[in-house]
Amino acid sequence: MSAPSVLQVEDLYKVFGKAVAVNRLSCEVRRGELLGIIGPNGSGKTTLVNLISGFVKPTSGRILYNGREITHTAPHLIIRMGISRTFQMVRPFYQLPAYKNLIIPLYSPRARQLAGGRYGDRDTVALDLLEEVGFERDAHVAYKPAGTLPQGYLKRLELAKAIALSPDLLILDELFSGLSLAEVASVVPIIEKLRLAGKTIVMIEHRLKELFRIADRIMVLNYGQKIAEGTSAEVMESEAVKKAYLGSEE
Amino acid sequence: MKKRRERIDRGIKARSEDIYALSSWREMLYLAGPRLLPAAFFLLLPLFLGIYWQKVMISVAVFALLAMSWEMLAQTGMISLGQALFFGMGAYASGILNSYFGAPPWVAIPAATALGGALCTLILLPVLRLRGIYFSMVTLIIPLMLVRIIEATKIFGGTEGLSGMTPLPSGLPEIYLVTGAFLVVLFGLRRLMETDYGLVLKGIRDNDRSVTNAGINITWFKTQALFISSTIGAFAGAFMTHVYMFVGMPVFALDYSILPIAAAVVGGAGTLAGAALGAVILVPLSEALRGIGGLRIVLYGLFLVVFIVAIPEGLFDYIQRKYHQMERWVEIDQ
Repeated sequence: MSAPSVLQVEDLYKVFGKAVAVNRLSCEVRRGELLGIIGPNGSGKTTLVNLISGFVKPTSGRILYNGREITHTAPHLIIRMGISRTFQMVRPFYQLPAYKNLIIPLYSPRARQLAGGRYGDRDTVALDLLEEVGFERDAHVAYKPAGTLPQGYLKRLELAKAIALSPDLLILDELFSGLSLAEVASVVPIIEKLRLAGKTIVMIEHRLKELFRIADRIMVLNYGQKIAEGTSAEVMESEAVKKAYLGSEE
Repeated sequence: MKKRRERIDRGIKARSEDIYALSSWREMLYLAGPRLLPAAFFLLLPLFLGIYWQKVMISVAVFALLAMSWEMLAQTGMISLGQALFFGMGAYASGILNSYFGAPPWVAIPAATALGGALCTLILLPVLRLRGIYFSMVTLIIPLMLVRIIEATKIFGGTEGLSGMTPLPSGLPEIYLVTGAFLVVLFGLRRLMETDYGLVLKGIRDNDRSVTNAGINITWFKTQALFISSTIGAFAGAFMTHVYMFVGMPVFALDYSILPIAAAVVGGAGTLAGAALGAVILVPLSEALRGIGGLRIVLYGLFLVVFIVAIPEGLFDYIQRKYHQMERWVEIDQ
């Protein structure tokens, strides 16, 4: 567990009005690991993702990616450097066929650069990507308007949009929420495959059981602070975590 | 025996935008017909029109250009209430180049098109971050403000305007310049919006956060869309300067902002062809009603209301749907 760190968060602090969303948080993500972030509702998990991906700017603190400071970098530039994220609330382009949803990330400078100037066959690349996340090839579903797809497919489409950018660090914000157990079971192998390909992955999850099976390390947040960190077994033993999830005894 | 009307969509093959083998002249005509229609309308009709209706035709093409320029911005998520800004900038640029620097129209019009487009883009650059109604408000205010600036500082002829511009060769060359431009813009923009680039622009309208999250700088793409749109508007203005041989404060009038929007709504907001179709209907209608006098605007307004209520999706969408459907009467099983 001494792989170099990809992402370093130092003393990160964010207030919305009077509410402290992220409170002096420091953590790191190491190369090639799968870090799970859990915590009760409102504990600042999504805000942390928004801060890292640049959609929200911190009140104070620093974020370093591969040693370079990205605290005040614009979101599209952060993505260009190799961090991609998914959104908890999926909002696809509803009228467009599912595969056309991937044209936009594939059109981005990063994807075009990595494709080596291969133009003109984005539709094919999009269909390949959809197959990778479990859209059955030739089964019309890839051609259907995104607005008509069931939640399971929408989540996988959201994942495909992030993968289309060939990220080095992939942040998945509650990918499993709203999915049936069978659907989760079909998404897990995709994540395992990404890990084999050497991606670093951060997963925010409420589905603890499923997360604990695949995560190397778990970080627990409560009220914007880190209250525990370690393997899933260590975290579940922690008194602070029990308190946060089950409530204290007073 | 009871009967009901059955609607069937024509085979998907004939409606596909993709490449496939055309098996017959009939299929080719089925696809090419609607596209050849506007070309024939704008290229052949001027030959049979008198001088007065030729002028109306010019007006139709100019407003159609403005409507398409509005529509293209709208498809990128920017609702403009100030096409007059684009029109006026092009008009003044061409007027100034012609009367102060003596540039002939064939230099002044292209130069004013590029210059006007660039200036409008620069002016609106700071408000590009604004969304929805806030962007619209600013576009509405700027042309009105420019009129007052010209009035107060008396630059470029002040309230009198500039006159004595070099006219274009009148008659058919003049008409074909603007109808040609219209056809290029109509088919060019339609094609552009169908490409992956166009998809990104439409994506910005639907969900700009998602486009940003794809690593795309939305401000840069919006700037490009704005430049394309304002260039089209500026061309219309620059052209009209040489038709009227005059440029003055009226080029920033509200007409040039509102009529293109009305055209897009009547024709079908969301489609470029719809915007053009709206202009083809509204401009001659406005001319035809001229004889009525005072009640003209009332009738005109009524027409708009009836249209919007009866076919809210716009005329073009309606026609397109009907074109792709077959209807027949079938017996109902009792």
